[in-house]
Amino acid sequence: MELLRFFTAGNVDDGKSTLIGRLLFDSGSISTDIIDTLTKQSKAAGEHAAIDLALLTDGLRAEREQGITIDVAYKYFSTPKRKFIIADTPGHIQYTRNMFTGASTADLAIILIDARNGVTEQTKRHTIIAATLEIPHILVCINKMDLVNYSRSRYEEIRQEFLEATSGLSLSRVSFIPVSALAGDNVVSTSENMPWFEGDSLLSFLENVEINPVRSGDEARFQVQYVIRPQTAELHDYRGYAGTVWSGRMNVGDEVEVLPGGMKSRIFKIEHDLKEVVSAREGQPVVLHLEDDIDVSRGMWIVPVTDRPAVSDFVQGTICWMDNSVFQPGGAKLILQQGAARTKAAIKEVLFKIDIETFEKLPSDASLKLNELAAVSIRTAEPLVFDAYKENRFSGAFILINEYTNQTVAAGVLEKKLHL
Amino acid sequence: MSGYLDRLEAEAIHVLRETAGQFERPALLFSGGKDSICLVHLALKAFRPGKFPFPLVHIDTGHNFPEALAFRDKLAERLGETLIVRKVEDTLKRRGIPDAKGKFPSRNPLQTYTLLETIEEFEFDACIGGARRDEEKARAKERFFSVRDEFGQWDPKLQRPELWNSYNGKIHKGENVRVFPISNWTELDVWNYILREKIELPSIYFTHNRECVLTEHGQLMAVNEFVSLDESDRIVNRRVRYRTVGDMTCTAAVESEAGDVEGIIEELKHTTISERGATRMDDRISEAAMEDRKKGGYF
Ligand SMILES: Nc1nc2c(ncn2[C@@H]2O[C@H](COP(=O)(O)OP(=O)(O)O)[C@@H](O)[C@H]2O)c(=O)[nH]1
Repeated sequence: MELLRFFTAGNVDDGKSTLIGRLLFDSGSISTDIIDTLTKQSKAAGEHAAIDLALLTDGLRAEREQGITIDVAYKYFSTPKRKFIIADTPGHIQYTRNMFTGASTADLAIILIDARNGVTEQTKRHTIIAATLEIPHILVCINKMDLVNYSRSRYEEIRQEFLEATSGLSLSRVSFIPVSALAGDNVVSTSENMPWFEGDSLLSFLENVEINPVRSGDEARFQVQYVIRPQTAELHDYRGYAGTVWSGRMNVGDEVEVLPGGMKSRIFKIEHDLKEVVSAREGQPVVLHLEDDIDVSRGMWIVPVTDRPAVSDFVQGTICWMDNSVFQPGGAKLILQQGAARTKAAIKEVLFKIDIETFEKLPSDASLKLNELAAVSIRTAEPLVFDAYKENRFSGAFILINEYTNQTVAAGVLEKKLHL
Repeated sequence: MSGYLDRLEAEAIHVLRETAGQFERPALLFSGGKDSICLVHLALKAFRPGKFPFPLVHIDTGHNFPEALAFRDKLAERLGETLIVRKVEDTLKRRGIPDAKGKFPSRNPLQTYTLLETIEEFEFDACIGGARRDEEKARAKERFFSVRDEFGQWDPKLQRPELWNSYNGKIHKGENVRVFPISNWTELDVWNYILREKIELPSIYFTHNRECVLTEHGQLMAVNEFVSLDESDRIVNRRVRYRTVGDMTCTAAVESEAGDVEGIIEELKHTTISERGATRMDDRISEAAMEDRKKGGYF
């Protein structure tokens, strides 16, 4: 059975919680005791006596009080065909960072549109984030079709509107489904109210959509997380590099390079699942052994000599500022973390900001505020080993940590190396 | 693309290795339950042939099932890993904290004290636990790396965003991080994994005869020395098993004939009650019970 991870984005009140609640509920993923609790809550809230499906996904008390989703909540359900992990992210502009978070591990994005309102500035923002993070597949759900008489022409109109509004983005694949989350049309089964719609229901779409391996190229990329050195009598010389093969395939006998540094060696043993194997592929946690006794430590990359990533201490990338504090040049010291690698870093220049509702480049001042998207140049103390994010989702992504508060203040994707 | 269990397993191993790589003094909180037994299994895959870069730590409430304790000791010995046990009883005595009262006296809230003391004693900077996001709504937003302040408190508003495979475990002195490698697993995933990996479990997970009190909510609580019985109690003898292994005083049994992992999976596929709803008395008290306990430093 396969696993599909998706995230949902929509404006407040577009019906996101209702839609997820409906998926969970109609697919039989909700236990009766939870339904009992919900029924009580729905009644206490003084609403109609029916279950408010949205309560299924609104987890924390602060949210229940404010009545809006403020964080990323993960939900799980499965059908006989697939297992699903949903990252439910809030839609407000002040929660752009949460969307970024939910999107970073998603195979697919569901973008919700209220059929009455059509494409809004927020729809564009959500799509821009999905595009920036190279989500392999975008599914636009046009919701509340019951409120527009299940009108085909309204659906077509919004579809066109969406395609035009996002024509400037390089979206990989886009699909559309008209639904009513409240009434259940086209959610789990196809709707009699919209016989004109020939596509699948949302659930069967999710069950059947091809899971494009996250954007990671064919090149083999392995980063050392931990060095296993038992140092016992029997295993005196054992020295294994534990980590995950992020992309591509690694084989015993491959000629490899250790970066940064550039020492060359050959893979002489690979262990996976506590057994020796001849090769390991994308997604597998393994232990690698090199022929030569060279200095390899946590955070370093082991890559084939034939397909080298970029190595540089001056790079350009696009970041989303995620902290309440405002970034000022010369302000707090930063640490850049890319998987298991950490190095001191400084944002040298804010090259331009990106208007997240129009995707236009904005003339920039040097500061960065919460939820702003900007292209920046970054200097690092140690050279970064990376691929452009477009080519590799793991070696091309990073976070920035404030050295004093230890908070994660930004997340970004790498584009290219720069020259001083 | 590999199967979903492989993806979940890879994620958990990655998180365990990050914990080993980022922290000076991590610990694996071992409860003797199936989730922490899975964690131990994952740690074998992450670190063998090396030793675990952390001890197993058990906070013993004194109300544990003897089967679970025996299993714990045997496991640690078989693996040759360090086991540290700290008892809630000792904390209560030393600090003059009144013991849990009532018909089913739950030391669950009290174990927070012992946990925090143990963290202080060994200066643990990371504690690995087997909590899953599907267990409860407040947990649905928990991170893999969840930072706690000096008092063990969790602030849902201050959580760090987690992106890609970059986990930020940087902390100030005195703070620590709770690490949840199997965050993304559901109860069924855990059982499917146990089946696939042929992981051994304490016998109380499988059907057995037990004398139980039938509570007013229809729950089956094991009869044992910690539960105070009176005449009005209905004692029944049933074929039961446990879905979670917590305290004998606050973990209810479920009626079941499932004698092996396949049988349990079959049962779970048809069950309509959530794991916590079925077996935990303490969460019933309030809808926000878990959120409150988490903020107070409970796991
Ligand atoms: N008529 C109609 N109302 C809907 C539909 N989906 C959601 N709603 C209502 O729209 C409101 C907002 O929904 P909610 O799920 O809370 O939106 P969220 O803020 O996006 O999570 C609620 O009153 C829902 O009952 C739909 O398909 N049709």
